[in-house]
Amino acid sequence: MTTDNLETSREFARQIRRDALALLYHAGSGHPGGSLSSADLVAWLWQNELHYRAGEWEREDRNRLVLSKGHCVPIIYAAAGNSGLIDPSEAADLRHIGTRLQGHAHVGDTPWVETSTGSLGQGFSVSIGMAMGLRHRGIGSRVYAIVGDGEMQEGEIWEGAMCAAHHGLDNLTAILDYNKMQSDDLNENIMGIAPIVDKWRSFNWEVQEIDGHDMEQIASAVAKAKEVKGRPQMIVAHTIKGKGVSYMEGVPTWHGSAKIKKDEFITALEELGITNEDMKPYLNGTFWNGQ
Amino acid sequence: MAHSGTDSKTKTKQDEPVLIGKAGDSLREAFGKALVKYADEFPEMVVLDADIAGGTGTHHFQEARPDRFFQFGIAEQNMMATAGGMAGVGLLPVVTTFAVFCLRAIEQARLSIAYSERNVKIVASHPGLDVGPDGGSAQALEDLAAYRAIPTMTVISPCDPLEVELATRAILAFDGPVYMRSGRSPARRILDESYEFEIGKGRILRDGSDVTLIGCGVETARALDAAEILEGEGVSARVVNMSTIKPIDHELVKRCAEETGAIVTAEDHNVYGGLGSAVAEAVAQHAPCPMELVGVQDVFGESGDPEELAEHYGLTGPHIAEAARKVIRRK
Repeated sequence: MTTDNLETSREFARQIRRDALALLYHAGSGHPGGSLSSADLVAWLWQNELHYRAGEWEREDRNRLVLSKGHCVPIIYAAAGNSGLIDPSEAADLRHIGTRLQGHAHVGDTPWVETSTGSLGQGFSVSIGMAMGLRHRGIGSRVYAIVGDGEMQEGEIWEGAMCAAHHGLDNLTAILDYNKMQSDDLNENIMGIAPIVDKWRSFNWEVQEIDGHDMEQIASAVAKAKEVKGRPQMIVAHTIKGKGVSYMEGVPTWHGSAKIKKDEFITALEELGITNEDMKPYLNGTFWNGQ
Repeated sequence: MAHSGTDSKTKTKQDEPVLIGKAGDSLREAFGKALVKYADEFPEMVVLDADIAGGTGTHHFQEARPDRFFQFGIAEQNMMATAGGMAGVGLLPVVTTFAVFCLRAIEQARLSIAYSERNVKIVASHPGLDVGPDGGSAQALEDLAAYRAIPTMTVISPCDPLEVELATRAILAFDGPVYMRSGRSPARRILDESYEFEIGKGRILRDGSDVTLIGCGVETARALDAAEILEGEGVSARVVNMSTIKPIDHELVKRCAEETGAIVTAEDHNVYGGLGSAVAEAVAQHAPCPMELVGVQDVFGESGDPEELAEHYGLTGPHIAEAARKVIRRK
């Protein structure tokens, strides 16, 4: 990694936070908390490991990203919008009838989301299938799966954990967006998942534990994961739900479906470095114009 | 096209195997051997198993093509969604397990296969009462209904080993998600080598004018038995093998309703939501006529020999014949 890469990814993270919030503001519902907690992870992967650019994403040898926590798809749409994969005219389409930006990921009209997700646990299994299939076909691509902490409560996750280790899938890197909160409350008040690092180690995964908002740690962990042979890798990324917007940080009600009011949106944009005239496109839904 | 031999013990020369589906083979055996037969024609095809290759017939493929056989252990939900991922990177996965466990993993089939527009074939052995002595917990009497309700899912239940072989090739060549039943018990060979299988098409196996008996899976043979019984009573029964339950052959159902004026459906499945419902939907839309639905009457099964169970739950030829008499009275 270089200092330039890190700074580019930090700026990209700021950008996709703004865009994801704008999508959610215009949608009138959705899941801001977990979209923001995963922004730095998505930003690094998008900038450095993936090939999701217009005219490039169809490459068979591309690395794949599966967002298993499919309710946080606005952060993927934000990244895709910044890569020319979503037309500027669609910027305010999320969750509206007749548009392709579905509330949870749907691969049909947005094939670069790789798979439909939203029912938790399934995207993780799909990423295992992609890793197995790519290896079977002799394609040396890697698969990245971003998985939620509440999602760890699904039995399918542990079926998949066993499966990926049994088959020695070293082309699979899962990243746990460990923001400690789920729909109703803190994980520990709903169904405790700790000690999560021990659980994955005991399933014979290579496990690293990082600050999921520190770009240097993210970059280093992804690089180390690529060196592991014969085992799948889990990066347990400690994150903050709603990261980047002060009134959302660590507040469970911002998990999902809360409508973002105009004054709240303006405050969020200010905190993410957008002020005055620059705010207009975000407020009127033209924020990808000129991208 | 077909003949209506009613007893596998009295095989005639035309019962001799033509293709790999032998008389007396179970549908699962025919399926496992068909996978081997078509392995070269479909090089992207891979087979996924959850610790029951011996039960689904896929052990034949496992032995012949171990490099294309993937073991998932007793974890069907992960296996089903993983198949979606494999299809996403250009493979043609065939997911195999017992029908009852396809119900367990149905949401994975829905989201990670059908809703994700993945070309995956789900092939379920041990459907219906045909499972026999394992009892009600293992007898899937709801799978056709459940999978039929998933948008884009094609649903097929072949009637004999030859049709399994033909259907296996057809679903591999077909672009889209498919749910297909095989079967556990030895199955009678009722089709001859001139039989043509096409997804979405029913076939008249025996013509008749008083009533149409429409069967799928193991019930097609029993519908032929019923036609024999009825013939002895001077009743002319048409027999249709409706191996594709979705999309149902609307054109043929309409024709049968118009030409015979009465329909009996027969399936090794709950009477709700499967073949009978699919035919009734078509009849109601195109040519309303009296119908009787033979199937399990909304109860769970129990342990027993498959033939004994079929008799106990009213699925055999005499029961289908009785339903025919009843529906003819309603014409």
